Amino acid sequence: MKNLGKSLITIIVFLGVYYMPVELLPFRNPVFEALALAKWYAREHVLLCLIPAFFIAGAISVFISQAAVIKYFGAQARKILAYSVASISGTILAVCSCTVLPLFSGIYKRGAGLGPAIAFLYSGPAINVLAIILTARVLGWQLGIARAFGAVVFSIIIGVLMHLIFIKEERSRKPEGQLKDSSTDVSRPIYKNAAYFAVMVGLLIFANWAKPDISSSRIWFMIYENKWAISLIFAGLLIIFLSRWFKKEELREWVASSWGFALQILPLLLAGVLAAGFFLGRVGHEGIIPSWFVHRLVGGNSLFANFFASFFGAFMYFATLTEVPILQGLIGAGMGKGPALALLLAGPALSLPNMLVIRSVIGTKKTIVYVSLVVIMATISGIIFGSIMQ
Amino acid sequence: MEIQVYGKGCLKCHQLAANTEQAIKDSGLEAKVEQITEINKITEKGIMFTPALLIDGKIICQGKIPGVEEIKQALKER
Repeated sequence: MKNLGKSLITIIVFLGVYYMPVELLPFRNPVFEALALAKWYAREHVLLCLIPAFFIAGAISVFISQAAVIKYFGAQARKILAYSVASISGTILAVCSCTVLPLFSGIYKRGAGLGPAIAFLYSGPAINVLAIILTARVLGWQLGIARAFGAVVFSIIIGVLMHLIFIKEERSRKPEGQLKDSSTDVSRPIYKNAAYFAVMVGLLIFANWAKPDISSSRIWFMIYENKWAISLIFAGLLIIFLSRWFKKEELREWVASSWGFALQILPLLLAGVLAAGFFLGRVGHEGIIPSWFVHRLVGGNSLFANFFASFFGAFMYFATLTEVPILQGLIGAGMGKGPALALLLAGPALSLPNMLVIRSVIGTKKTIVYVSLVVIMATISGIIFGSIMQ
Repeated sequence: MEIQVYGKGCLKCHQLAANTEQAIKDSGLEAKVEQITEINKITEKGIMFTPALLIDGKIICQGKIPGVEEIKQALKER
């Protein structure tokens, strides 16, 4: 069993990081920052936030019929519907980043065409559940919501613009065959699935309820003080739902799929966290890159800072979720909120390697226009967000 | 017999290829698993969800990783 070995290694590494006695180290430098940041992630984010998030992602990939969404992407589908579904369906379709490009190519060549395909390509990586949950948890809910909202709205704008810019080609192009609807009927009624997902999301939210500010209203304090009791109620409900509505086989598949995500993503995230700690340090500490440098480059909310952040983000490759620790490091070192959003919007949606794949599907000219639109839109949304947050 | 795994080459595709190789070995067959990562070829086949398993050009499954037993069954039914 190859997977068993991998599982064991992952658990041992996790426990090692969790109990790592970094405080005893005699030195304080970038290496210390990297290890300390990794330990902080292991303690604060993995057990309560990431593990439940992996289970939600696993449930989405096993229990939601993803193929059913495909009929909204067909060549005959109504355009408004195609755009709306394309802009939000990344939540359930883009859980694994490597699925985005084949879907994009399929929608473009065999389905609703360039606009919806681009809308899906842009929003997918930004609004998948894991990305939203970790962004909101680590970087704050404002940035989490701004990221999801910005990704959805701008994906439609960029999609429509692409369609209009290349409207002549789009009109004369015929789909190369149909999309295959391979959806299978799921036996469970929709309300049961909805209740099951609601309970999991509730558990995730309340278990991670942050201590409110002094100025917040009393209700937040009451929730905070009773968060474990509330979480326990959700956990109880979840166990009841699981034992009543699900077959053993389904549960096995769910756990396997969730664990698959964990095995796939945790090593990448660890590498990202170590790199972020080494180069940028924890919040309030410095890594190898001095804070004044970050502050000068992407501090404040100037046009240059926003543009630089989105341009840099567009070409840089971020493995799934690693954008979060890197951004946290940058914000800690003095990056403005606006440029942070700009980087979040342009970063995971584009990278040099995936530009090359996109180019092989839609050609050089369209790729250049798309990349330019992404950089421009991310810059604009960064400026807007930055001025709201000030 | 032509056995192909379509996908961009992430962990899931490798898992599918490994499961398929195991299934072939268990069934006592002689066949090579071909991995296809070129995106335009994936779309040409009408595959939307990767990884996908094709036996003799027919899509056996896509978007999930079938277990070794399931693949053995598909190899038998071919």
